[in-house]
Amino acid sequence: MSELIKKLSECVEFGKVDKNSPFPPQMKGQDGAFELTEQALKEGIDSQAILEEALVPAMDRVGKKFSENKIFVPQMLMSAKAMGAAMVVLKPYFMSGDIKTKGTFIIGTVFGDLHDIGKNLVAMMIEGSGWSVIDLGVDVSSDKFVETIKENPGAVVGLSALLTTTMVNMEEVTQAIKDASPETKVTIGGAPVNDDFCKKIGADNYSPDPQGVVEWLNKLAS
Amino acid sequence: MKYNKLVIDKPEDLMFGIAPNPVKTRRGLEIGGGAVYAELNFTLPTMSINKDTLTRVNQHYKEIAEGALERALHLNSKGVVLEFETLLEMTQTPSIGIELVKIMNEVCEKYYQQHGLASEIRLTPNDLREFERPALQRTSSLLEPMMELFEEGMLAGGDLLSIESTGGKEVSDEALMMCDIKGLMFALAVLGVRDMQFIWKKISALANKHNKIAAGDSACGFANTAMVLAEKKYIPTVFAALVRVISVVRSIVAVEEGAIGPEKDCGYEGPFLKAITGIPISMEGKTAACAHFSPIGNIAFACTDLWSNESVQNIKLLSGMAPTAYLEQLEYDVRLSNEALRMGKTHSQILQQLLVNSDVYTDPQALILAPENVIKISKSLIKGDTYIANAKNGALTALDIIEEAYNSGQLKLSDMETTYLPILRVDLESIPDDESQFVEMMLPMLDQSKFILAEYGL
Repeated sequence: MSELIKKLSECVEFGKVDKNSPFPPQMKGQDGAFELTEQALKEGIDSQAILEEALVPAMDRVGKKFSENKIFVPQMLMSAKAMGAAMVVLKPYFMSGDIKTKGTFIIGTVFGDLHDIGKNLVAMMIEGSGWSVIDLGVDVSSDKFVETIKENPGAVVGLSALLTTTMVNMEEVTQAIKDASPETKVTIGGAPVNDDFCKKIGADNYSPDPQGVVEWLNKLAS
Repeated sequence: MKYNKLVIDKPEDLMFGIAPNPVKTRRGLEIGGGAVYAELNFTLPTMSINKDTLTRVNQHYKEIAEGALERALHLNSKGVVLEFETLLEMTQTPSIGIELVKIMNEVCEKYYQQHGLASEIRLTPNDLREFERPALQRTSSLLEPMMELFEEGMLAGGDLLSIESTGGKEVSDEALMMCDIKGLMFALAVLGVRDMQFIWKKISALANKHNKIAAGDSACGFANTAMVLAEKKYIPTVFAALVRVISVVRSIVAVEEGAIGPEKDCGYEGPFLKAITGIPISMEGKTAACAHFSPIGNIAFACTDLWSNESVQNIKLLSGMAPTAYLEQLEYDVRLSNEALRMGKTHSQILQQLLVNSDVYTDPQALILAPENVIKISKSLIKGDTYIANAKNGALTALDIIEEAYNSGQLKLSDMETTYLPILRVDLESIPDDESQFVEMMLPMLDQSKFILAEYGL
């Protein structure tokens, strides 16, 4: 691994977005993910290698630290921001097909439910692990999920709910998805749901935490 | 802020079951008048609410009320509050919520008439406005069903009116995840305060019109969310403790606009409100573990007037239905406290001391709820001229208390937590007291597509 790739990876891991960003204090004044991604491309490093050798491993480390309770969410969000800054530079390479993501993940909180903190965390960690994420927001209808799957064939879907009276809507959404697109994989999460419920409604995976979804998705992609 | 001196200014006067301004209810409860009562909160088991299930929904609520009151009667309860915190469908279609109030009120009335057991219903509709993003806090058509449920629901027997209003939530969700204390201050002390002034004028006017009780509004979606996130180790507990203190200036607005208590159960800002305004409060602790975990299971009881379980599904346990079982747990807790009150000040103070000492140094969120710290922080919460100044002063005093306890070795904090202490202090000190200056400072840092200033009168 080149020194530059290593530095870029550290910027993402510790949340150094760009040169002007004050966080983290120990990297103040240094180039951030944005500048180092530009530099790497200028030096001829392959865009796919930047993603796979610098950015994704950094976010993997961040996800691991988070799941081991070694960092709080804000540090993880800063890492995601740093990764986002690098992705802005890499965007043309995604558009041209030079960089391939692991796949597309469609996520939303099911209709009737407005909770989004958990969903947002999952979306961020999955994006950080090299997936393209489409976040449909909260109170999302079955039709909206199905329509988005049609526009993104092969996408995997994540459903979130926090209430005992809205978790039942997951069943309707899952059914609609499976009816329209039987091969589409569905993962569920949220405080009231569990593995038994996942099996009962015909979903493919349940995870109690964001890192678990990432691991399941990465197995699917491998 | 209307309040500039504390109604309770000595820690020893901040006692469970006793509030300077008790609230008397229709069936004879005197909340804060010398006894603690159980406040049972409940919800449906996993099911949909639609026209096909309405009969079953109604049955559930009738069973819950009957099961709870029958058990209360058996346990010689002095009285019970049933909190009917509606599910979305029950506020969206107010007739559903109104019917449920009627059903439960009939049960309450039956037990009162036949057995003399006093009980009341706290009616807590949903704040539907968060369905729209950006939210139309003042002009949304969703205010209509909310207000209809308040008015018709109180006429149907929902005597205590509460809500967990959501003004400022558009900003606070992200601020919580980023540990952005300035963003939280903007959400609670600017947007939250302004929305509370708007919504509580309406609720209090309705309550006065029908001689019902405007009770209170908890910062559930803000400070409780912070507590739950901290419990999951998503954010630092020191940050969550400060969010709680800042939420006081937002929740006190209900009182300024006419609410008289009891403050809602999930508002752990209640002890500060009680010290500042003298209203009775409801709290939840160890008996709310059915709904969420917390680090304040015992200390939460220290100065409460109602003791709640937050929410439990109507599911079968070995002993019976879960709400009935939780009613029993709540009753035994309040029976103990009421016996201490009966035996006199020395005994109630010993019980309070045990409740406080068993939790106080286990978590910063518990630390700030110790009566002597509540009084210290409350003094800071009223010394400024603006809501922002008061919230900032209160948070800085809380931070002083946390640092002092940490430096003395009484409170253990991980390095991950202590890293945030100087950051939070610098951020708090950078906040100007003046609202206009603060708004001007914050706007460039916020995603302005998420909220509409005009909907907050700005």
